Amino acid sequence: MVAHADTRVVHRGGSKINFRAPVITQDSRFLICVSGECIKVFSTSTEECIHHLQGHKELVTGLVLNPSNHLQVFSCSEDGTIRLWDFTDGPFATFGLVSLNLPPSVEQHVMVKGHTIVFQSVSTDPKCIAFGQGVRMHALTHSLTHSLTHSHTVFGWCTMFALGTSGEMAARNAFTCVACHPKDDCIATGHGDGKIRLWRNFNQEKEYTFSTVHWHHSGVNALCFTPEGTNLLSGGLESVLVQWRYGQEGQKDFLPRLGSSIKEIVVSPDGSLFCTSHTDNKITVIKNCTKVSAVIQGLVHGDGVKTALMVDPRTKALVLNGKPGHLQFYSLQRDQQLYNLDIVQQEYINQSNLDQFEVVKAALDSRGSWLATVEQRSAKEVEISLKLWAFDEHTQSFVLNTTISAPHDGPISEICFSPSSQNSTTLVSVSLDGHFKAWQLTQPDPSDDEEASWSCDFVGDYHSLEPKCCCFSADGSLLAVSFKEVVTVWSPASWDLLTTLSQPPGAIQDLCFGRLSCSKYLLGATDKNLCCWNLLTCSLEWSTALDVSLLLADPLSENVAAFCGAEKTTDLFVFRPSEPRPHFSQQALCTGRVTRAVFAPRDEPLDGCEESSQWLNRSQLYFLTHNMELLTFLTKPEEERLMALSKQVAPTIDDSVAMTPFYLLLGKHRKRQEEERDILSSQSGVRNLLPQGSVAIKEVGDHGDDVHSILLSEQPTEVEMESEKEEEDSEEEGASVPPRPEHESSDTGAKLGPVLTKAEHRELRGVKKLDYSWIRGLVTSNPVVNTTKQMVKTPKQRVKTPKPMAKTPKPMVKTPKPMVKTTKPMVETTNP
Amino acid sequence: MGEFKVHRVRFFDYMPSAISAMAFNVHTERLAVARADGTVEIYNFADNCFQEKVIPGKDGRTVEALCWAGQRLFSTGLNGEIVEYDLENLRSKYTVEAYGGPVWTISSNSQGTQLAVGCEDGTVKIFELVEDSIQFQSNFDRLKSRVLSLSWHPSGTQIAAGTMDMIRVFNVTTGHATQRMMVDRAAGANKKKEVAVWSVVFLSDNTVISGDSAGKVQVWDSQMGTLIRTHLVTKWDVMALAVSRDESSLLAGTSEGSVVQFQFISARLDQPDKEWQRTRTLRSHSHDVRALVHTDTAAVSGGNDAHLVVRPFMEKVVKGSKESAPCKITFPHRSLVSCGKKAGILLFQFPERLEVWRLGESNENGEELSVTKKPEALIHLKRKGDDHICCSTLSPCGGWLAYASASSVRLFQLQYDNDSIALTKVEMGPLHVLLWFVFFVPHYLPSPSPPPPEVSKQAVHLMSTSDDGQWLATANSDCEVHVYNLKKLKYHCTVPVYGSCPSAMAIHPTGSNVVMVHADQKIFEYSLEQKEYTEWSRSLAKKGLHGSWLNRVAPVTHVSFSASNPDYIILHDMNMFCIIDKSLPLPEKDSDLVGAETQLISNSSVFPSVFKNLLCVGLMEDHSLVVVERPLLDIATRLPAPVRQKKFAT
Repeated sequence: MVAHADTRVVHRGGSKINFRAPVITQDSRFLICVSGECIKVFSTSTEECIHHLQGHKELVTGLVLNPSNHLQVFSCSEDGTIRLWDFTDGPFATFGLVSLNLPPSVEQHVMVKGHTIVFQSVSTDPKCIAFGQGVRMHALTHSLTHSLTHSHTVFGWCTMFALGTSGEMAARNAFTCVACHPKDDCIATGHGDGKIRLWRNFNQEKEYTFSTVHWHHSGVNALCFTPEGTNLLSGGLESVLVQWRYGQEGQKDFLPRLGSSIKEIVVSPDGSLFCTSHTDNKITVIKNCTKVSAVIQGLVHGDGVKTALMVDPRTKALVLNGKPGHLQFYSLQRDQQLYNLDIVQQEYINQSNLDQFEVVKAALDSRGSWLATVEQRSAKEVEISLKLWAFDEHTQSFVLNTTISAPHDGPISEICFSPSSQNSTTLVSVSLDGHFKAWQLTQPDPSDDEEASWSCDFVGDYHSLEPKCCCFSADGSLLAVSFKEVVTVWSPASWDLLTTLSQPPGAIQDLCFGRLSCSKYLLGATDKNLCCWNLLTCSLEWSTALDVSLLLADPLSENVAAFCGAEKTTDLFVFRPSEPRPHFSQQALCTGRVTRAVFAPRDEPLDGCEESSQWLNRSQLYFLTHNMELLTFLTKPEEERLMALSKQVAPTIDDSVAMTPFYLLLGKHRKRQEEERDILSSQSGVRNLLPQGSVAIKEVGDHGDDVHSILLSEQPTEVEMESEKEEEDSEEEGASVPPRPEHESSDTGAKLGPVLTKAEHRELRGVKKLDYSWIRGLVTSNPVVNTTKQMVKTPKQRVKTPKPMAKTPKPMVKTPKPMVKTTKPMVETTNP
Repeated sequence: MGEFKVHRVRFFDYMPSAISAMAFNVHTERLAVARADGTVEIYNFADNCFQEKVIPGKDGRTVEALCWAGQRLFSTGLNGEIVEYDLENLRSKYTVEAYGGPVWTISSNSQGTQLAVGCEDGTVKIFELVEDSIQFQSNFDRLKSRVLSLSWHPSGTQIAAGTMDMIRVFNVTTGHATQRMMVDRAAGANKKKEVAVWSVVFLSDNTVISGDSAGKVQVWDSQMGTLIRTHLVTKWDVMALAVSRDESSLLAGTSEGSVVQFQFISARLDQPDKEWQRTRTLRSHSHDVRALVHTDTAAVSGGNDAHLVVRPFMEKVVKGSKESAPCKITFPHRSLVSCGKKAGILLFQFPERLEVWRLGESNENGEELSVTKKPEALIHLKRKGDDHICCSTLSPCGGWLAYASASSVRLFQLQYDNDSIALTKVEMGPLHVLLWFVFFVPHYLPSPSPPPPEVSKQAVHLMSTSDDGQWLATANSDCEVHVYNLKKLKYHCTVPVYGSCPSAMAIHPTGSNVVMVHADQKIFEYSLEQKEYTEWSRSLAKKGLHGSWLNRVAPVTHVSFSASNPDYIILHDMNMFCIIDKSLPLPEKDSDLVGAETQLISNSSVFPSVFKNLLCVGLMEDHSLVVVERPLLDIATRLPAPVRQKKFAT
């Protein structure tokens, strides 16, 4: 295995926030939950993510409030450490205070109680353990042995109750969760058949007794007593929160329609807030037992992602299956779901063994103005419909344009848009019925009031073989469609079959054109070989024996990533089609086959990488493992920058942070700095001015660097323009910088400063782009002083004063910041 | 083992009668069960819940309540009489008119000296128990409405009485009411309907617990007259309450057919305060639970669906033992069917009539035969008089039929030529011995001279004759088996007394051995000629029976033999029948018994899955097997509709 010291695979963005039960702080103002390798602190009132607590190197597997200091939280992780965090005092203290090394096999939720008890053969699910009455009582359940173990730390005994383990009943009455009454000797257990049993009187050896209540029709997933013990909350697949009166179990209240099946229930220590985490990676905050007050939605991890992973060019959001019948747009930068698009537009019935329409394919065109989706239901015969959605600038969302029912006779195996930049795009759908069809937008007669709609333009086949996949070349001039062992290359302009390529044995599983300088190469993967054809000579350039499960080209570079299935793990190779040696290879990336991955373009190219991670400069590679975890690669400089950033984000989002002596001490110091900043500009002030309606704006608005870069782009100082143009020329010689997609900036720019025309914006965009790299170049090469002076022509010469304030050990990252601050007032002055 | 042609008889439409009252005698461990037709059955809980005695009912007598006072059993009914039963002769001893209209309830104090009855006219009357009779003692203050339930305080100084809308507490010595506790009516539309307090329980800590028609179980403080706690158990009625002897557990039976358990437990280990917590819900009935008994180890319930259900509390019994098996008694532990072996006819006994049927015939061979000649009802014979038929029999030749009630025995001669049937009554002299009959009537046991001196006074519940008419064996509820020589009309011998009551008995047709199966499932074979247990019986006793045979709940109710193979013994109980081959070696005690063809004792076949709910299995002369079944589903469909319950997703 090749060791790459500078890159590692991390959970970053879209990780499961419902992996473990969240924690509500003592004052019920914050909600702390695990999120991959970091811990997130949300405000329970505004749903805003306030802090990322970063420091664990592996998946965080447990969270618990420090019982002796309710402003601290313990966390444990698969990296074998337990860390203690201070979550309220802002970023200055959010580093691990305690680091305890444990054997790396710690998978169990750890409770810090000052006791040492070792339980053996405990199920690894933390739902199977509960503590009651301080440390007096523990209850554990074993779902396999159908028994409940109860132990008493004070009296030191341990009792085990068992239910019947034989017969048909036993299969259904397995324990699923357990909760202890906070005051009484009562243990509540949930069962697979939907019953809740309340165990009492277990302090005698055999005289224990239980009563049963039954409302849920399928297994009880979560149980929780309120802090006073007056109510018992339960939840399950029905997505209804049931509230039982303790002592009068006949009376119950319901909170229905919570969206999806409940996984965990947590109650705040004062009992005013309930919090349910759901299987669709959502946390619902419920106020006063009755009202849903906040919903924190993460990336929905369904049973399986049927569509390919895509990146929406407008919002830079990841697009994939979300809720059943929906596509979700998920911003990886903000780590927040932007919106859900209802594709199927039918009600989802939560019942097993029911065939319902599912979104199986989706494709976005290169500008993000068209979305094509395929939904399918295979009840008795396959029902397919192809839908095309146009992006509506006004509502900033996709609107259904054309529905084609039964576009093919068989299941559609792939759809793709041609990348041609002209107004008319072509959609190609490939089906197992032996045909591929090209669909085109037809403009109706101007006399009709009808809108433009899509219709079939061409139907192609090849010796009535089954096509599997299709791919357009980067400029859209060639279309490759694979029919079993044969790759056919077509011209989309005339629909002529140009050539066929074949490299038996083995049917082609995946196709991909090279990009940029390698655009003459066509890559094809069979289940045994990876072949590379040169389209100029129409001959095989090279081939190698690899079991490729996914072939993916980076749209911004020549790099191609190939995921290869080894025995039970997946290896990754990144290479250029023109070069025989891979740039990067990592073996045993993850277990299981990787079939979904995407190159997400970075907002700014990454610098300072080592050679082996050069391929990550322009794009970031995200991939889904077979158990639906979204993973990515993180380079070392990036990691350091993020660490620094997490310490940088000022706690201005929620000003009502609890006052601790530490906070006051630090606060005094910071206040002084903030006063200085306020004079220059208030970051939060700018943020408040932003219109909240547009998703794109929102997405950009949160991300600090984006704001900076956009703001930079809006200062039309002529002096700079000239100098930058020179830089631009020199940059273009390198030819490695591809033109960046421009919609985003034009959108946001229009919103920020409506006076500017589109052309100006485009210009400014280029300026901004280069301006940034130019500054960076200067910063790194250190003759900083002169240039900044030249640039900053405003009378605010206080720029210099914040400089010594940079306390972080990375001055390189910090230095661009003061420049941002100087530019901001300029925006404000120019706009009016 | 051979193949049998099996007559699967399902045309015996036997209907068990609903259970209306129960009383448990803790000291003798006898449970008295009263049914709606006036029958009173005595079950011996010390002997595997065996139905020891049956006191047949009488037209016009219903039993609303039962109570034990020491060894004496009393009942009351809506005819306004108090009945004491003669448990030796299995009939009513005397009746006393209460003069208060229909009597709803009867209760004796814990000392067994006084009886309290609650009458329709609102009076509570106290009767004193005297030798062989009871004597009216006093009337309490008259209440405005009928007294539905009564409960003595364990000290015997106070009585709680449940009436409509109210619970009253009386001082026994003065006869005055000391407390009045008003019971809330049901909410909503039933607000105007009075609440009937169907059951009260007076505990020794002066707590009164009531169950009422609004579905509540309420806990009261009788000294202050205040309500402590209400448990809403059902939408319908709570018909019965029963408390354990140590007063830590309470059962409430509802009209939904469920039995709810409450336990007196403390909320926390270190707190002494205890309260009644609802714990388990047992669902063993489809209809109203009318009567409940809380024994030390089990909940015994009976109701309108006529099942007597014994549900042990798992924490009180050893797991896997015989006590831990739940038990549902539907059919009587005695035979209601007799076979005319030679003639191929069956006699069915109902409380008020007898039916004689001829079996159907079939000419086919194979797995399932279609009936070419349908079974035919030959005779419907209605009894005379008020007393219910308690036993009946048919001679093997099919020519004689006899039945007995509490007051008389009748003998008939049957004659049939093809279609016409003639039934003639035969007058019996007092010592007219009917050799081929098996009579279950103790009073008419032909008393040979002289009877053995030590014979007990208990009624005979089993009789068996040998086919040649030489031997007669009788068994009584003191577990004694006596053998008489009928040819000499002399007492022959007594089988050594075993501790469990014989549940089935038969004399072998050739070997003059008597085979007895006891209520605890033990099997013995006794040679009448040698007057000792046979070799096979000894080896069986030595080896011990298999655990899964011993843990069966239902007692064997019939023993018969195969004429073709003298080694075969055919046994059956309610759930299965099996054939034992004595010639085969005995299985190991702890070997696994798997499958239908299991080896229980010796090489025996058990058919539990094929035949269910058996009333009789008999072998006819032509080697065909008659299996009389009464499916429980058929019984359930003939019951009135149960109260409506909301089911999930309806």
